[in-house]
Amino acid sequence: MNHFTPVASTLGGLLLGVASSLLFFANGRILGISGIVGEIPVTTGSNRAWRLVFLAGLLTGGGAILLVDRSALAFASEQTVPAAIAAGVLVGFGTRLSNGCTSGHGLCGVARLSKRSIVATLVFMATGALTVFVVRHVLHLGGGAS
Amino acid sequence: MKKRLVVAFACGVLFAVGLGISGMTHPSKVLAFLDFAGDWDPSLALVMGSGVLVNLVLFRRATRRGAPLLAPSFYLTTRTAVDASLVGGAALFGVGWGLGGFCPGPALVSVVTGATPVVAFVVAMLASMGVYDWMEEGADASGLEPEV
Repeated sequence: MNHFTPVASTLGGLLLGVASSLLFFANGRILGISGIVGEIPVTTGSNRAWRLVFLAGLLTGGGAILLVDRSALAFASEQTVPAAIAAGVLVGFGTRLSNGCTSGHGLCGVARLSKRSIVATLVFMATGALTVFVVRHVLHLGGGAS
Repeated sequence: MKKRLVVAFACGVLFAVGLGISGMTHPSKVLAFLDFAGDWDPSLALVMGSGVLVNLVLFRRATRRGAPLLAPSFYLTTRTAVDASLVGGAALFGVGWGLGGFCPGPALVSVVTGATPVVAFVVAMLASMGVYDWMEEGADASGLEPEV
């Protein structure tokens, strides 16, 4: 099921770059999903408005993908609901504690040559790979689904 | 103000479509990248690489301009220290990422499917972010983007 998709992944990546560069170039904001969404409850006024509008755009984009090519979205997850909840808790707390995720640190911060972002990206890549190794090759749990 | 909101909306849509095209909305594809000991799929490296390349050029160009097109200044963090919060938070995030194959962006985009595990992930993620904010108790509501 999984195979290397060099063209689609490069094109998609370029689009992610265009989107994050546009937000920085025009609005001066870093396109970091965890920061944008995570700060919605603790911001007010125009600082909250753009975050809500961005989130609406993200969901609209998701809806558009659903209409054009349903197979591009994941309906079946890799794991059970309890595992999904555990993963969600770790991702939510971890990204807020480290002030960024794959987008803010990985795509934007690394491109800004921020030392913090480069370290964060190396760390989450490493613990992510380690987790997959333990789950798949030590515990031999699931992981075959797609 | 209005223009900035239009840009924010457009960036949200573009980012979602970019994630969809790149294959990153499939947790299985993300996990296949992280599975170095298995049937390794290097696609994610190309997604990150091409995205960073665009940003490397355009962020530099933007900062050289001195200010963004539609705002008085760039919203950048003043944090520079590589501290325990950064490393510990990134480590926790990575474990969650490796468990589910979801980071925040693809999960939020995929929530439109209404699929139970995806919705469960997103609800847990948002609740967990809320708990963090509650613990911080407005310690950092400065309006400055703390990202990066």
